[in-house]
Amino acid sequence: MINLNIDGIDVSVEEGKTVLDAAKKINVKIPTLCFHEDLCIAGNCRVCVVEQEGAKGLIASCAMPAHEGMKINTNTLKVRRSRKHIIELLLSEHNADCTKCYKNGSCELQELANEYRTGNQVFLDLVQEKNYTIDQSSPSIMKDDSKCIRCQRCVRTCEQLQAVSALAVANKGGEMKISSFFDKPLHEVVCTNCGQCINRCPTGALIEVNNIEDVWDAIYDENKHVVIQTAPAVRIGLGEELGFNPGARVTGKMVAALKRLGFNSVLDTQFTADLTIMEEGTELLTRLKKALVDGDKSVHLPMTTSCSPGWVKFIEHTFPEFLDNVSTCKSPQQMFGALAKTYYAQKRNLDPKDIVSVSVMPCTAKKFEADRPEMTDSGYKDVDYAITTRELAIMIKQAGLDFMELEDNEFDSLMGDSTGAATIFGATGGVMEAALRTAYELVTGREVPFENLNIQPVRGFAGVREASIKIEDPVDDWKFLDGVELRCAVAHGLRNAKELMTSVKNGKSNYHFIEIMACPGGCLGGGGQPIPTNQEIRDKRAAAIYEEDMSLPIRKSHENPEIIHIYNDFLGEPLGHKSHELLHTKYVKRERY
Amino acid sequence: MAEKKQLKRVDIIFTEECNFKQVLSEALQRSDDEIIQSLLDSGLRGRGGAGFPTGMKWKFTAQEEADERFIICNADEGEPGTFKDREILFKVPYKVFGGMAVGAKVIGAKEGYIYLRGEYKFLLDDLQKQLDDFHKLLDELGLDFRIHIVTGAGAYICGEESALFESMEGKRGEPRNKPPYPTINGYKGKPTVINNVETLVYALTICRLGAERFKSLGTNDSRGSKVFSISGDTPIPGIYELELGMTLENFVEEFGDGDTKSVQVGGAAGFCVPRKDFKDTIIGFEGVPTGGSMMLFNSSRSMYNVIHNYLEFFEEESCGQCTPCRVGCQQLLLGVEAVKRGDKPISYLDELLKLTETMKLTAKCGLGQSVANSFASIVDNFKEEMIY
Ligand SMILES: Cc1cc2nc3c(=O)[nH]c(=O)nc-3n(C[C@H](O)[C@H](O)[C@H](O)COP(=O)(O)O)c2cc1C
Ligand code: SF4
Ligand code: SF4
Ligand code: SF4
Ligand code: SF4
Ligand code: FES
Repeated sequence: MINLNIDGIDVSVEEGKTVLDAAKKINVKIPTLCFHEDLCIAGNCRVCVVEQEGAKGLIASCAMPAHEGMKINTNTLKVRRSRKHIIELLLSEHNADCTKCYKNGSCELQELANEYRTGNQVFLDLVQEKNYTIDQSSPSIMKDDSKCIRCQRCVRTCEQLQAVSALAVANKGGEMKISSFFDKPLHEVVCTNCGQCINRCPTGALIEVNNIEDVWDAIYDENKHVVIQTAPAVRIGLGEELGFNPGARVTGKMVAALKRLGFNSVLDTQFTADLTIMEEGTELLTRLKKALVDGDKSVHLPMTTSCSPGWVKFIEHTFPEFLDNVSTCKSPQQMFGALAKTYYAQKRNLDPKDIVSVSVMPCTAKKFEADRPEMTDSGYKDVDYAITTRELAIMIKQAGLDFMELEDNEFDSLMGDSTGAATIFGATGGVMEAALRTAYELVTGREVPFENLNIQPVRGFAGVREASIKIEDPVDDWKFLDGVELRCAVAHGLRNAKELMTSVKNGKSNYHFIEIMACPGGCLGGGGQPIPTNQEIRDKRAAAIYEEDMSLPIRKSHENPEIIHIYNDFLGEPLGHKSHELLHTKYVKRERY
Repeated sequence: MAEKKQLKRVDIIFTEECNFKQVLSEALQRSDDEIIQSLLDSGLRGRGGAGFPTGMKWKFTAQEEADERFIICNADEGEPGTFKDREILFKVPYKVFGGMAVGAKVIGAKEGYIYLRGEYKFLLDDLQKQLDDFHKLLDELGLDFRIHIVTGAGAYICGEESALFESMEGKRGEPRNKPPYPTINGYKGKPTVINNVETLVYALTICRLGAERFKSLGTNDSRGSKVFSISGDTPIPGIYELELGMTLENFVEEFGDGDTKSVQVGGAAGFCVPRKDFKDTIIGFEGVPTGGSMMLFNSSRSMYNVIHNYLEFFEEESCGQCTPCRVGCQQLLLGVEAVKRGDKPISYLDELLKLTETMKLTAKCGLGQSVANSFASIVDNFKEEMIY
């Protein structure tokens, strides 16, 4: 332990901790901007400076390791004056039209400016000197340089967590800015639309392209029948934006709110998550059969999941030689969209052209996915608008609902039923777990050999996790799998994904099935989820997801009665003709810059 | 009053070593501790600007546990008004290599690098030829050490040691957080000695002449001699090796044109000394330190133009990562312009002075921290020139 003194208070911290950590321990709040718990230390905003006895200048507390015997003062004249100067400098190059800004009220710069009451402007306004640009090319992400404080949190996110490096620092001096490859529009570069940079941007410089008005317009249009589907991770995140602590399960209130907003039908992406398990599970078993029984060399294994559109775009850019390994299943969002305008329309006697299909997702890449040209198998745009958890929270506030007080309500039927297996799609490892629960049982006739169906080895937050299940004594149809050890791997966050795929590419691993989620923690940590995010919050969201799973009466996808029904009534069988037409897709190779 | 010395020309750096092989061989035969001790005894401090004791730097690096260590010669020479490293590399490159080899032996480095300023590419062919010869010599002497030359891309900030490592690692040249210092976490995260070109030559020289000879020159705080790049309003511009510790008065008598109004000591990052202070200002670490740059201005010069020019330089050469430096430099530049135009009151200069104080206290690296030096010393001493 290291002992130091901060503002006259003795404090001990473990070796390797910073002065900022130590201050936190004694409840001294030092302001920060470039610091983010998930990221490596940059030490560039300098707003966290404090005074160290004996040091020449002030020190950046976020970047300074705690030393034995240090004496720190966090509130001196020098510190105060410097911090105020730094905030004023940031504001002098900032287009601070807060009332028009999407981040108004949830912006770290605004909060600091407010705290320091930077009323009268001391310095010259530099905004006119700059040629700030707004990049609106992407369907998911908007980048407004006039709101950027150059903290590089986005750059570190994209490089360190995602290994994408779509964003980088360009130029020096007053021209320094956050840019993409040759300043190309974000839509034309390797950006995966994962939105992780948005989650960590302290200001309004990176935000999601919002579709709030589009959705309101659809709701108010009397000729339209508006259906909304809700992704698993939304129900354990939404509460954070509306007064609950992280980890609150607000499924019933969310459904109630959506009904009050005026959606004609409130349905569940979890229904198509269950459907994904049926399709993807069958696809995996089919690939295994071809490879193991038929000796078909053209079969691509390992098969990877395809439900994370950030991951899909990543592999299209980074490992195009593995596109045939990606499951052809559409994501649950897109399966839902295709069914909404076919199956649902038929059953409800609606003309699909009058249906507006909206999704609420923990994800910004879902906006891009909804816009993919191939996602129109129903003859219409399968998903018209994908909004984030954050956008939904804004709509709920706009509608004047007291979310905390809402009575729980239930999903409408027809594509509203789901299982615990679908809920866990929201956590890294969840798709794998859901798939194993179903596949193992289909093949052996027995439940997976894990207590309470909880497949612990694929849970948790280790970057890459492995599991294997030995198949013994299968039922007749699957005799060829007897004794086969099904080898699986799970990765979350694209840096881990890249590592895993690199080991596959180098022949260093021989998995059958790989689950990959673009976002750290899986969808619960998605780019459309409430801000802030950090490991503690992600832990709580994960706990909520697994609680939700345990609370549901059915926890295996193949037992979902609506799923059984849709195969009998409409789809025929997994991977059948109709499925192929509506529920499966293909991928394209993309450039690498 | 600190110890003063009379201006004295010295000839150590550029003297040819007639028997370089013997000099190097003898140096390499001495024990590591002996070499470090004589560097410590000599009082040699880094010639790149910051003036860190060279013996300590080598000692700390040698002490670190590591599988790999490096020695790097900083030949980025970007400070406005400095051109002495170029001359050293042109005239006596083998002495620089020799200093690196001795350092490599002491710290246990197998690889060394010369980070050569991009604009000095014209030196490259000749340097490489001489380096090839030097490597043959090392083979003869049995030292397992190789030097590689890398060229910079023309950013001033890449002369800052940690930005230089980043640049060498193929990343953007942005200074790192310190601590950890290069002696622990340098190039590729390994313990690294980084020294200025001139420092390395003195290190070799001290091995040959002994600490006492070196120490007999200069003052308590500023031992030895140093190479100066002298420019501006002087009848005899050029490169001079002088004993440290002379007063500016003494210096101006020798190099001035009879009408010297001020001297900028240490380049844009240094201090501007007005005539009235010449007498009491010592050139050295106890007074105004310099990496070598001495610019003389006579009364025909507008000090507004001088500071404007420096601010333009800083505004452009700031790496841009940290707030006080990136935005501060822009504010200073546009601020002095606004005062000059009359768009801002004279009192705005005081706001700007306070701002430079913040920059000095909070900027992440030496660049942003040092803008205050020239700004405050020029604005304080030549306020009327800022306004009229
Ligand atoms: C902005 C900036 C630029 C620098 N440029 C140089 C340079 O061109 N050459 C140099 O030797 N040191 C330069 N330095 C100092 C180096 O960071 C470092 O202190 C020096 O190379 C150490 O060598 P020394 O101990 O031999 O002086 C610069 C420092 C700063 C802050
Ligand atoms: S980014 Fe923050 S400070 Fe800037 S305009 Fe938006 S809310 Fe205001
Ligand atoms: S959305 Fe994701 S991939 Fe795109 S710039 Fe942001 S972090 Fe990088
Ligand atoms: S875009 Fe946001 S995260 Fe990136 S540097 Fe600007 S303010 Fe920071
Ligand atoms: S002080 Fe200037 S040059 Fe140094 S890190 Fe900050 S912005 Fe970059
Ligand atoms: S938070 Fe410490 S420098 Fe930015």
